[in-house]
Amino acid sequence: METSRLTSQRIREYLREGKRFDERALDEFREISIETGISKNAEGSCRVKFGKTEVIVGVKMDVATPYPDSPNKGNLIVNAELLPLSSPRFETGPPKFPAIELGRVIDRVIRESKFIELEKLCIKEGEKVWSVFVDIYSINDDGNLLDAAALGAVIALKNARIPKWDEKEEKVSYGELTKKKLPVKKEIPLSITFYKIGEKFVVDPTKEEEDSADLRITLGSYKGSISSIQKGGEKSLSVNEFYALLDSYKEIWERLFKKIEKFLK
Amino acid sequence: MKSKSFERIDKRKFDEIRPMKAKVGVVPNADGSALFQFGETVAIAAVYGPKKMHPQHLQNPEKGTLRCNYSMMSFSVAERIRPGPTRRSTEISKIIQWALEPVLLIEKYSNTVIDVHINILQANASTRCAAINAAAMALAHAGIPMKDIVSSVSIGKLDKQLVVDINKYEEDWEDGEGATDIPMSFTGSGEITHIQLDGKISIEELKEAIELGRKAVKKIYEVQKKALKEVINCENGNEQTN
Repeated sequence: METSRLTSQRIREYLREGKRFDERALDEFREISIETGISKNAEGSCRVKFGKTEVIVGVKMDVATPYPDSPNKGNLIVNAELLPLSSPRFETGPPKFPAIELGRVIDRVIRESKFIELEKLCIKEGEKVWSVFVDIYSINDDGNLLDAAALGAVIALKNARIPKWDEKEEKVSYGELTKKKLPVKKEIPLSITFYKIGEKFVVDPTKEEEDSADLRITLGSYKGSISSIQKGGEKSLSVNEFYALLDSYKEIWERLFKKIEKFLK
Repeated sequence: MKSKSFERIDKRKFDEIRPMKAKVGVVPNADGSALFQFGETVAIAAVYGPKKMHPQHLQNPEKGTLRCNYSMMSFSVAERIRPGPTRRSTEISKIIQWALEPVLLIEKYSNTVIDVHINILQANASTRCAAINAAAMALAHAGIPMKDIVSSVSIGKLDKQLVVDINKYEEDWEDGEGATDIPMSFTGSGEITHIQLDGKISIEELKEAIELGRKAVKKIYEVQKKALKEVINCENGNEQTN
């Protein structure tokens, strides 16, 4: 269901007074829940919920040849599917722009933060390295799939274990997971996306809010540094507005981190 | 139904179904949705519709159209499968539609389509049966008029032994006559809406297999019914939580 113009107008009116339909503060995330190990054949998997938004992320691994420009590093492949199951707006067929962009933005959040220690995934330089596939599936889209997917990818990777590599047979023995965890850094990257609605910026929009937004800007960050940015939408924002976001960023990051900290053990 | 000494890898009796789990309302966006699980095989289904069929040339003025879309998540199996449709998933989607259509009362829903999307989250054989069970529940949850529900189970023949609800290990059975896999679906009143077979079986054994299937789906039917009743009671009491 599309969001009506009337609803969008009302959302803007509310925001002008600093209010949201669900009574959250403008910079407040919805309730977050995370469940890991939800798909046993995956090397790592999790389900992340932001309110009614739900994504499932699975990690699979395989041995492949490295890319010529990184002969001693593992490969990372991130893919996102916006399942028709998850919203009446998504259709079957080849991935369209939103799914492609989602996969690519999450790829950069993970890759640019150097969260995965890809150099530890080399089996034989120039010949054999581990490929890490991160597959993201939407289960229910109620806005902000971006940040939910990024968090899901991080948690699934953090929980992933490397399968056994049979050197003699030169193949992966799936099902025989080693005790070795996928080498990831202790500090996690997080993605926070700001949506501009009218003159205000909010985080973690519901679908109605997302529909009412003029633009969005996704900031991936790691250990206090920004490591990836994606601006989306057809409107512009002023430099001062952007600076204001950057100034509020740290606090929002820390509050989000507090919400999810208990799931990271 | 051969020897009693036959032992299954997971210690189940030959006519024992893996632990089942059924839950309705797992996708809040959908008009109806459900999860169905046989042991480590998990399917989720969501129904959207009835809605106007587009493009127009696909519209059927005589009755509503049921459209099923079965797909496995890339990480649901040991070796990653590339996302997107395959020849296998295309066939299974159609099989699921055929399995469900006999119970739907959608003659009056002319020019509309009911979309059923089914995703396999985790696979350990019998995924199409779990898919059909989830889809039937999701259709009922969406309030589509149905004269009955459909329940599905796979019967296997491992060498000469018949077993109910086969898992991956049993599906790959190679001893003796090998594995014969017979997924089948029944309406609550006992009509067959779907049956497939891969392997080798005598007519007598096939009849036995069908009898076993008929008995097994009764238990599945109860699980589906219970899950549906729970959510209806909840909704009446306005206590539904998503």
